[in-house]
Amino acid sequence: MAVAYSIPSDVSPATVANTRSLLRIIALALISGAAIASRLFAVINFESIIHEFDPWFNYRATRVLASEGFYEFWNWFDPTAWYPLGRVVGGTIYPGLMATSGVIYNVLHALHLPVDIRNICVLLAPGFSALTAWSTYMFTKELKDESAGLLAAAFIGIVPGYISRSVAGSYDNEAIAIFLLMFTFFCWIKALKIGSAFFGALAALFYFYMVAAWGGYAFITNMIPLHSLALILMGRFSSRLYVAYSSWYAIGTLSSMQVPFVGFQPVRTSEHMAALGVFGLLQIIAFAELVRAHLSSKQFQNLLYASVIGMGVLGTAAIIGLTYKGWIAPWTGRFYSLWDTGYAKIHIPIIASVSEHQPTAWPSFFMDLHSLVFLFPAGVVMCFRQLRDEHVFVIIYAVVASYFAGVMVRLMLTLTPVVCVAAAIAFSSLLDTYIEPTEPDVVEEDSGKATADETASSGSSTAVSASPSTAKKVKKSGTAPGGSAVTAAITAAKKGDTARGVFGLDTRLIVLLNAVGMLIFFVLHCTWVTSTAYSSPSVVLASQNPDGSQHIIDDFREAYYWLRQNTPEDSVVMSWWDYGYQIAGMANRPTLVDNNTWNNTHIATVGKAMSSSEEVAYPILRKHDVDYVLIIFGGLIGYSGDDINKFLWMVRIAQGVWPDEIQEPNYFTPKGEYRVDEMASQTMKNSLMYKMSYYRFPELFGTNQAVDRVRGQQIPKAGTTLDYLDEAFTSENWIVRIFQVKKEDILGRDLKTASAFEQGKKRKRTKPPVRRKAVV
Amino acid sequence: MVGPKSAASSASSSSSANALQTLWKAYNDTTSPRLKFIDAFLVFLMLSGVVQFVYCSLVTNFPFNAFLAGFGSCVGQFVLTASLRSQVNPQNRSEFKDVSPERAFADFALGSIVLHFFVYNFLG
Repeated sequence: MAVAYSIPSDVSPATVANTRSLLRIIALALISGAAIASRLFAVINFESIIHEFDPWFNYRATRVLASEGFYEFWNWFDPTAWYPLGRVVGGTIYPGLMATSGVIYNVLHALHLPVDIRNICVLLAPGFSALTAWSTYMFTKELKDESAGLLAAAFIGIVPGYISRSVAGSYDNEAIAIFLLMFTFFCWIKALKIGSAFFGALAALFYFYMVAAWGGYAFITNMIPLHSLALILMGRFSSRLYVAYSSWYAIGTLSSMQVPFVGFQPVRTSEHMAALGVFGLLQIIAFAELVRAHLSSKQFQNLLYASVIGMGVLGTAAIIGLTYKGWIAPWTGRFYSLWDTGYAKIHIPIIASVSEHQPTAWPSFFMDLHSLVFLFPAGVVMCFRQLRDEHVFVIIYAVVASYFAGVMVRLMLTLTPVVCVAAAIAFSSLLDTYIEPTEPDVVEEDSGKATADETASSGSSTAVSASPSTAKKVKKSGTAPGGSAVTAAITAAKKGDTARGVFGLDTRLIVLLNAVGMLIFFVLHCTWVTSTAYSSPSVVLASQNPDGSQHIIDDFREAYYWLRQNTPEDSVVMSWWDYGYQIAGMANRPTLVDNNTWNNTHIATVGKAMSSSEEVAYPILRKHDVDYVLIIFGGLIGYSGDDINKFLWMVRIAQGVWPDEIQEPNYFTPKGEYRVDEMASQTMKNSLMYKMSYYRFPELFGTNQAVDRVRGQQIPKAGTTLDYLDEAFTSENWIVRIFQVKKEDILGRDLKTASAFEQGKKRKRTKPPVRRKAVV
Repeated sequence: MVGPKSAASSASSSSSANALQTLWKAYNDTTSPRLKFIDAFLVFLMLSGVVQFVYCSLVTNFPFNAFLAGFGSCVGQFVLTASLRSQVNPQNRSEFKDVSPERAFADFALGSIVLHFFVYNFLG
């Protein structure tokens, strides 16, 4: 047997096994280190704080859990959120994230490591990313071998598609959910492979943890039944499938109903009906198989199959009928908008208004996955070539997740693990082929690949340089000894079949260098994307000075701390819902609406108050006991995510509830443009949001023309006047502006007349005075 | 997976009486006493589930969580036992190479304990 390079053959198998496991442990440790380290850019560059909007609520809830215990947290009613209504927190959240941090907090304190709860929250996601790498390793190991598993772990450790949701400080549900997703899938594959109820129960337990952690558990609830159904349709039903699926479903469903937010949904909603249907189908099939084992008549068996199919159809019809009758709730809007992609925009503007719910563009696939994005299809094709039960799972997962990631930016996250797994399979097959030292021989012999795999994962650069002399080109045996030409052709064709493989060292080196180069570029790309795009806390804004030094704009916290320190504890702050969690978390004041958008009408009320004139808005503000109105204005420094740019969504959401009071076309110029300058429509100029945003703005420019840096338009010099509100605070760069709602006039006048009086404008006495007062 | 006298097979067989008799005979002849014991438990679980379901649909489903817990425990225990049955069935030896009958029983016990933990937690 010819080899391209020789490998030592006198090593004992025990040594080889020990070395392999040592290398594996070192590799996994290094991967964990890389996964954690690459998520710390934001902590090192800025500081250890919670980043986005949602995590602020999770953090606040975790603080309650850490300081007051689990039972208080479970029954926590938060009177400060959704101000007049309040929020039952225990029944409206997935408590898995907070419970995890609470357990870690208590364990660390029991070990006398008094770590602040904030640091646990900040560093939870990096910690769990290491666990994700490990579970991806276990999952891929089931599909191929350990070397593919290590590659997959390395990929998912640093891939930006996953880092974007799990940088340090991003204390969101996804931080632990991806680990749970991969581990549940691993348990499922394992249960299916060996037909063990133990792994089925383990899958159910991790499914329960996943349900407690993330609303995306519906993905698992539908993936596993889909996989089982595909296996049944492919004629691969086995008792192992029955054992694995039944134990998972029976325990998993009952356990998922323990989470208060989920409640009876697993038996009442359409999202969970696939799992129930496949469960019923499996029972029928298993029963039929059992009966069949006791029967011999061919005719009777056919009848049995017909009855199984009939009952399957009947069951499907029953589920559909129950849905039509209303016993089973139809798809919720959030899920439905994944199928009908135009649905949200027309019917539920609040779903469409979130930027993460937009379709994904091609560049973001490349940005988030780099070279994995084209290794991914190759890996899926390789799954087709083997097509064991678990490969069917990966294929279905790949197809489903690709579709969802194409529909919604946010679901890129569920695609990333399968991309890493499939790419690792493809890449490791490539390495297997080109590192394997055996060369095909001219003479037919069965090529034992005994010691090939040992070196596959452990970097064989030393072995490569060992013996290039053995590399030999093989000549074709052209001398067929007489006989018929047909047989010669056949033998030649046969030899062509067996003599497939890689010859020589040069070809190996070229391909391997190429592959290693791709890996290096992958690492560079991941690091670059992570450091530039995904590691900026949205709480502080960073900009570069001309000399390259960093200038930090910290207006948000400035304003929130002003609210915290200079206003009464119970003063209600109204803002658009984006900032609800941050106000509650940083300013610690009651808010009207927040990021948990469960009450659309309440949000529309705020939208109406923001988008109507002062006279209309004032009674709304007074009825809701609003003391302060907080808006974000980026016109001075060019911060584009401000409230004027979000204003049209406020209008649309308000229009959905009060179509005859708020109309979107009124906010456009006659030509249909959205402008804020002189040409702006009268409704726009009179709206509360416009007036608050540009209040005293032209004064800032002295005699010059005032320019809005975001819109790039000139603001009318006259400026706006506010009669019902007082400016209470404006941050350094004018990003956050806080206005105080005036109390009613002591003399009972209309506030507009009162402020006109103070400015010295005399009312003409031609008409009898109209005593008008805003109705409260 | 349950005893062969369920409604499904009788409805599907045209020459019912004769075929059922053959089936019953074949079952009695080929099944070991252990499996018959498991089957008896399965029949009991099924009857218990049916009674609960009939009660729920005829009388009330008011504490819905209690109904779900009780019914779920029947269904869950049923499928776990059925899993045990197929794992210890000598005819399935080729499918379950990694699961010995003792291991299967340990799995069954663990699964049942976990299931009933959730059942009691959900009874409310």
